[in-house]
Amino acid sequence: MSEAIEFLPPRPAVLSRRTAIIADLTDLLPAECVIHEARELVPFETDAFISYRRLPLAVVLPKTTAQVAAVMKYCHRYGVPVVPRGAGTSLSGGAIPQEDAIVLGLSKMSRILEVDYANRTATVQAGVTNLNISEAVGVDGFFYAPDPSSQLACTIGGNIGMNSGGAHCLKYGVTTNNLLGVKMVLVDGTVVDLGGKHLDSAGYDLLGLVCGSEGQLGIVTEATVRLIAKPEGARPVLFGFETSEEAGACVTDIIGSGVIPVAIEFMDKPAIEICEAFAHAGYPLDVGALLIVEVEGSEAEMEATLASVVEIARRHGVKTVRESQSAAEAALIWKGRKSAFGATGRIADYICMDGTVPLGKLSYVLKKTSEITDSFGLRVANVFHAGDGNMHPLILFNANDPEDAAKAEAAGNEILKLCVDAGGCLTGEHGVGIEKRDLMRHQYSDADLAQQMAVRSAFDEGWILNPSKVFPLDGRPAA
Amino acid sequence: MQTNFTLEQLADPHVAESEKILRRCVHCGFCTATCPTYVTLGNELDSPRGRIYLIKDMLENGRPADEEVVTHIDRCLSCLACVTTCPSGVDYMHLVDHARIHIEKTYRRPLMDRLIRGLLAAVLPYPARFRAAVVFAKLGRPFVPILKRVPALKPLGAMLDLAPASIARPSDAATPGTRAPQAERRGRVAILSGCAQPVLDPGINEATLRLLSRLGIEVVVPEGEGCCGALVHHMGREEPALDFARRNVDVWIREIDNGGLDAIIITASGCGTTIKDYGHMLRLDPAYAEKAAKVSALAKDITEYLSVLDLPKLEPKRLNVAYHSACSMQHGQKITLAPKNLLKVAGFTVRDPAEGHLCCGSAGTYNILQPEISGQLKARKVRNIEATKPDVIATGNIGCITQIATGTAIPILHTVELLDWAYGGPQPQKLSAR
Repeated sequence: MSEAIEFLPPRPAVLSRRTAIIADLTDLLPAECVIHEARELVPFETDAFISYRRLPLAVVLPKTTAQVAAVMKYCHRYGVPVVPRGAGTSLSGGAIPQEDAIVLGLSKMSRILEVDYANRTATVQAGVTNLNISEAVGVDGFFYAPDPSSQLACTIGGNIGMNSGGAHCLKYGVTTNNLLGVKMVLVDGTVVDLGGKHLDSAGYDLLGLVCGSEGQLGIVTEATVRLIAKPEGARPVLFGFETSEEAGACVTDIIGSGVIPVAIEFMDKPAIEICEAFAHAGYPLDVGALLIVEVEGSEAEMEATLASVVEIARRHGVKTVRESQSAAEAALIWKGRKSAFGATGRIADYICMDGTVPLGKLSYVLKKTSEITDSFGLRVANVFHAGDGNMHPLILFNANDPEDAAKAEAAGNEILKLCVDAGGCLTGEHGVGIEKRDLMRHQYSDADLAQQMAVRSAFDEGWILNPSKVFPLDGRPAA
Repeated sequence: MQTNFTLEQLADPHVAESEKILRRCVHCGFCTATCPTYVTLGNELDSPRGRIYLIKDMLENGRPADEEVVTHIDRCLSCLACVTTCPSGVDYMHLVDHARIHIEKTYRRPLMDRLIRGLLAAVLPYPARFRAAVVFAKLGRPFVPILKRVPALKPLGAMLDLAPASIARPSDAATPGTRAPQAERRGRVAILSGCAQPVLDPGINEATLRLLSRLGIEVVVPEGEGCCGALVHHMGREEPALDFARRNVDVWIREIDNGGLDAIIITASGCGTTIKDYGHMLRLDPAYAEKAAKVSALAKDITEYLSVLDLPKLEPKRLNVAYHSACSMQHGQKITLAPKNLLKVAGFTVRDPAEGHLCCGSAGTYNILQPEISGQLKARKVRNIEATKPDVIATGNIGCITQIATGTAIPILHTVELLDWAYGGPQPQKLSAR
C-alpha cells in the first residue's frame, strides 16, 4: 500500500556496521537471545498495526535487567536506534521497528517477582502479561484493574509505555493510576528505580512522566503495580437501543448523574454481529446499539446502581435490558467484547481508531464518524469504552486493495481530527506510535510539542529510543 | 492481513487455501499468550503469530524451506491452543499442515534427523513392528544416558525413555469381529483399534468394549483397519498419510454398507482430530472426497458418544479425579465438557488443573523429536495436576497418558476406564495396585 506515514531514514553509519553490531550483541548476550538471520527478522517487522512494516537490523531478547543495560550501553555508545517491544500488540505501531534499529523484546522477562498483599502490590518483570498478574493473585481475592482488551497477550511493559486503559478503567483508572514503581534502564545503560510501593515519592514524579512515554525515555524492566481486592460480586447487564445516538445519549446521562458503574461499553450493530458470531454470548441482534454496563459490589449495591441505570436508560427508550444469569454467561459477554477487534478479522481487514471525546459529544461524534466513513465508501464498526468517551471506530477495508487501504487511512485521520475538534484527544489508550504521529500538530501548539520534546531530549539526547514515533519528523531538535 | 501471491501461485489449491487462511489473520497477537512454546521460550518465532509470518514469507516468495523456518515449525506441537484463542478464526491447523508438506518436499534434513523420522514412520503406525520395537527398546535402556549426551541422538534416548518397562499382556480387543451387546441392542458402532494404543495400553479399548456392550451397543472391530495416519501427517508426509486415510475410509464405508454405523468410536483424541479431518484431507481426491466426509461426520470420541446415551447418575464416590484435557480433545475437537460431565454423573469428584489449555508436551512424536521443550512442558503440567491433590488423573489420549505417567506417581487412566468401572466393570488394574 502507499505509505502516508514516513519513517526516519536509516542511519548509514549504523547500516554499514551491521555485521559488527551483530557480533558485538552476540558477545553481550546468550546465543538464543540474539536474532539476526534475515528470515527470522521478518516476523518482527510489525505489530498489530500491520499496515506498516520495517525489517529491523536485529532482535535481542534479554533475560535480565543487566543484559538490557548492557545492550543499551552499547547502542548508546554507537548511536544504534532501539525499539522496545512487549508482546507486539500495539494498535498504533508503537513496536514497529526501522531498518537501522535493534528490536529489544522483553518476552523472556516474564516472571512475577513478588506479591505483597500487606501493601497490596505485585512486582513483576516487564514481559509479564497483564492477565497473568490478575491470574496470579486471583485465588487470593485480588486483581490488577486496568484491563486492555488484549490483556490476555499484552505485557505490563507495553501497558506502561502506552499508559493503557481498558473496560474497567472507568472506575479504577488507567495504567498510570495503578502503577507505583518501575525499574528502568536509561539510554546509556544506567539503571534507576522510580517510585516504590507508596502512593507518592519524594522529589519529581518521574514515574508519571515515564508512564505513556512510548519507550522513548528508557526501557522499563520491572514494575510494581497496585492490587485491588475483588468485589463481592459483579454482573454485566446488556442494554439494547434502537439507535447509536440513543445509546450515546444514555451514557452521557448515566455519567452526568454521578452514577459510576465499573464499565460502560458500547457496541453498534456491526460490532454486535461480529462479536456474537465469535463468542455466542447472547447479545441481542435485533437492536441498533448495545451498552454493556457492569455493576459490582454487594447484592444491594448492584441492585441500587442497576436501578439508577435502568431508570436513565428507560428515559432514552431502551428496548431490552438483560442481566447475565451466571458467571459463565458473564465471562462470555466479556470474552465477546474483548475479542471484538480480532473477531472483526472474520469479515474484513480493519484499522482501529482511539480518539477520546467529551461525553457530551458522544452522539454527535458517532453520527459524524458514520458520515465520514460513508463519504469514503467504507464500512465502520464501533465498539468502545463509552463511559470514558474513548471511541474505537474500526474502519473496515480490504488490505489487498491499495486504494481501499489508502482510503481507510485517510478516513481514520478525519475521524481523529473530528475527536480533537470536538474537544477531545487523539488517543485514549493506544498511544500515538507511528499511526497518530503526524496528527500531533492538530492536537498541540508548537510550544506544547517543544516542551514535550525537550523532556525527551533530556532523557535521550541522541533520540535513539523508538525514534520514528510520537513526534512529527519535521520540527524536531537537531540531534 | 495483506497477502502477496501471484495468480500462478494461487492456482495450486494448497497455496490458495493457505492464502485464505492468512487473509483472516489480523496479527493481533492473542495467540502468543496461550502457545506452550512461546510461554516456554519467550520468542515470537516460536509462537503461532511468528510461525504464521514465517510460513507466509516462505510461501509468498515460493522458497524452499530452510533451516530457520524448519526449526520453528518443528517446535510447533500442533496442540492448536492458538485456534481456540484466535478471535478471527485463523485455521492454523491446515496452514501448518501445508507448511509441513512444503518442508517435507523442499528441505533435506540432517542425516540423523532423517533416520529417526524414517524409523518412527516405519515402526509406530504398525502394531506388530511397534510391539517388537518395545521389546527391543528394553535392551537399549542402559544406553540412554550416553544417547542423551549426543545432541543428534537425544531423540533416541527420549524414545527409549518412553518405551514401557513391561510389555502389555495380549488382548483380543483389537481382534476383528462383531461384539454382540449384552443388553437389548440400541446401536451399532465401529471402534478404531489404532496402532500404538493396543500395544501400550489395550485396557482402554477393552474397557470401552465392555461398557458399550453393557449399554446395548453392538461394536464392530473391522478387518483391515489401521493407523489413522496422524503420525506421518504431522511429519508432512502427505501421500502416506492419505493412504492410511483411504484405507480406513474403505474399511468403514464397507461397514456402513453392511449393517450401518451410528458412529465410528475413537478412544484416542489425537486420532479423532485426524479422522474428523479426513473429509478435508481427501477433498481433492474425487474418488474419496465424499466417502471421507461421510466418515469424518460419523467419527466420535468415546465421551462424545457416551454423552448422548444418558448414563444414569450414580452415588458420589470418594475419589478425586484431575481431568487433563488432551489438546486434540479440547482444541482439536472442541470437546471440553462432555468427559468431565460423564465423570461427575458417574460419581467422581472432578478437579480442573490450572493452565489446562497448555499441552503436556506429548504431541504425537514431539516428546521424541523435541525432548527438551517436551520435558519442560511435562514438568509444568505435572506440577499443575499435582497441585489439585488428585487420587487419579483421567484423560482421553494415549499420548498424554504415556507422557504424564513418566512424570508422576499418581495413576493416570483413560476416562472410559473409570466410567467402565463405575458402571459395573472391573476396577482398573492401575488402581487396584495401590
